Amino acid sequence: MPDVTKTAVENADPMAATAADAAAATGPAPQAEKARSLWGDAWRDLRRNPYFVVSGILILLLLLIAVFPGLFTSASPTYADLRNHYLGKPEYGKVFSAEWLGYDGQGRSVFARVIYGTRASITVGVSVTVLVTVLGGLVGMIAGYFGGWVDTILSRLTDVFFAVPFLLGTLVVLNSFTDRTVWVVSGALAFLGWTQIARVMRGSVITIKQADYVHAAQALGASTSRILMKHILPNAVAPVIVVATIALGGYISAEATLSYLGLGLPTSVVSWGQDISGGAQQIRTAQHIMLYPSIMLSITVLAFIMLGDAVRNALDPKLR
Amino acid sequence: MGRYVARRLLQMIPVFIGTTLLIFLMVYALPGDPVRALFGDKGADPTTVARIRHDLGLDQPILKQYWDYMTGIILHFDFGNQIASGRPVRDVLGEAFPVTIRLASLAFAIELVVGIALGVWAGMRAGKLADSLVLIFTLLLISVPVFVLGFIFKLVFAFQLGWMTPNVQDDTNYSQLLMPAIVLAALSLAYVARLTRTSIAENLRADYMRTAVAKGLPRRRVIGVHLMRNSMIPVVTFLGTDIGALMGGAVVTEGLFNIHGVGGTIYESILRREGTTLVGLVTVLVLVFLFTSLLVDLLYAVLDPRIRYA
Amino acid sequence: MTIIDKNADVPAPRTGDAATPLLEVRDLHVEFHTRDGVAKAVNGVNYTVSAGETLAVLGESGSGKSVTAQAIMGILDMPPGKIPHGEILFQGRDMLKMSNEERRKIRGRKIAMIFQDALSSLNPVLTVGYQLGEMFRVHQGLSKKEAKAKAIEMMDRVRIPAARERVNDYPHQFSGGMRQRIMIAMALALEPELIIADEPTTALDVTVQAQVMDLLADLQREYNMGLILITHDLGVVADVADKIAVMYAGRIVETAPVHEIYKRPAHPYTKGLLESIPRLDQKGQELYAIKGLPPNLLRIPTGCAFNPRCEMAQDICRTEVPTLHRVTEQDGSELPGRGSACHFWKETIHG
Repeated sequence: MPDVTKTAVENADPMAATAADAAAATGPAPQAEKARSLWGDAWRDLRRNPYFVVSGILILLLLLIAVFPGLFTSASPTYADLRNHYLGKPEYGKVFSAEWLGYDGQGRSVFARVIYGTRASITVGVSVTVLVTVLGGLVGMIAGYFGGWVDTILSRLTDVFFAVPFLLGTLVVLNSFTDRTVWVVSGALAFLGWTQIARVMRGSVITIKQADYVHAAQALGASTSRILMKHILPNAVAPVIVVATIALGGYISAEATLSYLGLGLPTSVVSWGQDISGGAQQIRTAQHIMLYPSIMLSITVLAFIMLGDAVRNALDPKLR
Repeated sequence: MGRYVARRLLQMIPVFIGTTLLIFLMVYALPGDPVRALFGDKGADPTTVARIRHDLGLDQPILKQYWDYMTGIILHFDFGNQIASGRPVRDVLGEAFPVTIRLASLAFAIELVVGIALGVWAGMRAGKLADSLVLIFTLLLISVPVFVLGFIFKLVFAFQLGWMTPNVQDDTNYSQLLMPAIVLAALSLAYVARLTRTSIAENLRADYMRTAVAKGLPRRRVIGVHLMRNSMIPVVTFLGTDIGALMGGAVVTEGLFNIHGVGGTIYESILRREGTTLVGLVTVLVLVFLFTSLLVDLLYAVLDPRIRYA
Repeated sequence: MTIIDKNADVPAPRTGDAATPLLEVRDLHVEFHTRDGVAKAVNGVNYTVSAGETLAVLGESGSGKSVTAQAIMGILDMPPGKIPHGEILFQGRDMLKMSNEERRKIRGRKIAMIFQDALSSLNPVLTVGYQLGEMFRVHQGLSKKEAKAKAIEMMDRVRIPAARERVNDYPHQFSGGMRQRIMIAMALALEPELIIADEPTTALDVTVQAQVMDLLADLQREYNMGLILITHDLGVVADVADKIAVMYAGRIVETAPVHEIYKRPAHPYTKGLLESIPRLDQKGQELYAIKGLPPNLLRIPTGCAFNPRCEMAQDICRTEVPTLHRVTEQDGSELPGRGSACHFWKETIHG
């Protein structure tokens, strides 16, 4: 009985666990189908998952907004007209216009700011994720593959960084910088954020290192770098991708929190965190200033977490 | 068991040194001068600055400063004095920690009870409506940042319904701390619920559960003994490590509700560049974190015999 | 404990009257409702087991042998599992019509089950003593202390060395063979009348397999229990079984007393199974294998389910489902207990 067919049926109904006997035999139908890979299987599963479809569309839309904010609004996020627009109420009839979601305490269009704020959040989220994945992935892979004293040192180093409270540590780092660009904020978040990925990668590599195909490659005299790149990385990367996707949402949330606390992005950058912070001043009189950036922020975080969840479920049917 | 504890304690030493050193470096080696900050934007007389720096020992090499500071803590429980006021940091700690411990334990209780209850409820009905409802609820809790959630709570329960005061006036009054505690607990609560749910759903399908049914055990025994005993292992682990996070992660919540605990004090110290206060508070937080991780490891060994004898 | 005590405890006579067998399965159907459709795992199974008798149920993965056992035990996951029709009579009463509580009281006390993989079937975080003692505490209301004493006694009975010292150990601290003995001890704890052993030795080393099987057979004789032995290993069967039922795609395709089946199979599938056993006297020859794969239970072939893989298949095999024919000698004389669900059983057994 080939393994592939068994997996296929277990995917079809994870509840039928005690029906393994029955399930195993329902397999041979896809005899004609090609043996599917983990990724192929996952993709087939993902397309049918409504959470994946919804989060995927949301993320594509957010990326489009981040790259081309001008497509969605003609209003300027920085144009302030205190005389005419101070705390202007939303006019819900005028969809996509500057006054749609009202004006803030400086007479700026909330809608325009919500749209233009997307870029900062997405940029920070993506760049922190890339940084931690590269840094954490490298540390984790080296520690996991070489083991011994290399592992001991790198693992203790990871512990050291992990023990620093994440948000507090980032605040301390950022407080030393007066010019906090998107890249400085990303770097500060990545500075303490890489440990999670390193731990996941290390665990994953240790498991895979013991696989027969790795032993076979070693026996055949493949170079260390070849084994790492060709055999270990492609197989160890799945859990890292899941953790990174979910973490991306968390980093966006963290950036907003830092900006809210006044130690994130400077006022010259349009960002949701700052707008929420500004809106908090008027929370009793003009809730819309705070409401819409909050909604956008939450939707963005939600989209990435949902995506990560869906990918995890697809890669690991056991978890459902 | 004794040897295991000893080994873990020994392993903690380099991590403790490393982490405190890292924090020390982050606070003192990065650009920005706490003494100059004392004088605001006006700029200060360089000789005065130099004298204050010397008095505080800030002109010493950084490693010497670190050494003096740590020996002070370990040998004399002396965390130094605040730069601006000269108040012993120990007193500041003594004021801030009880408040945060009250807030964190209330949050912990909420997270424990509500999180596990939701998780068990969803896990027992994996794939059904209840499961989806809990999934969506936890997704929302995870997605809405704490400061947004805090404002929603304030707006609805304090301003509109008038059920509670928007700010905490008496931080020994648990009913006033309830709202901040819920806000603080929200994120972890969602994680606890999801972890419990996954664990329950996975163990429900385990072979030994089938055996338990085949033995003719009553349902409440199958669930209460066989399922729970196994499913709670990862949850207990998470809850343990979360104690540290709850105490250190309250910066936003404490600020929102005007609570003068550890988080608030740390945030103030960062802005005012109160290096000694900052390092002192964070050092204690690191100790709490290391201590709880040790506790979790030991608890894990108690709960899972496969680890104990490995 | 003496035999007389035992009979006093259990009112139902062990041997019973010959008319009602201990267990009778009648026209049992089980299906699983999955996202891809309905998988028909069991399609009309009939068998009986009497006290002291061993029935071996043979078949590949997916033949429905384990599902039938789970249906008897009442541990099918429902949903997705469903029993659209059929009866399972235990001591003459249909268990499918009993309340959950009634069935629970039968499980473990009157019908017990031994699973294939003892490591995953025993709870990893509870001591074996606790898990064994649980039987006595739940079904007989014994105290913790008494239950532990009983657990040690049971461990002794299944010949686990140093039972008293090991009663507080966890499953992972035992070897595979010892773990399976603990499973057996647990199943036998309350001296049930019927034991279902689902591939009890498959997960074990070959050397240990025989020991465990012998132990099971000894204890069965001692307690005069009915035993349903589910296996795909023809070698195990020969030594311990009284009669055999061969299953394919959820049906019984052949029944026979144990020794006859080896001599003269009456179904091409059984024949194929027997021929695929490696034999020392045929060294050097190519090993026989039944061609093709077991059928997809979502789309069972029409007619005889085995027809796509059968060398003897004719047109009738693709259209008509064969019933379980009574198998007779060439001269028409009775062969008791034999049956074959093949249109061409005569050609198979006598050809």
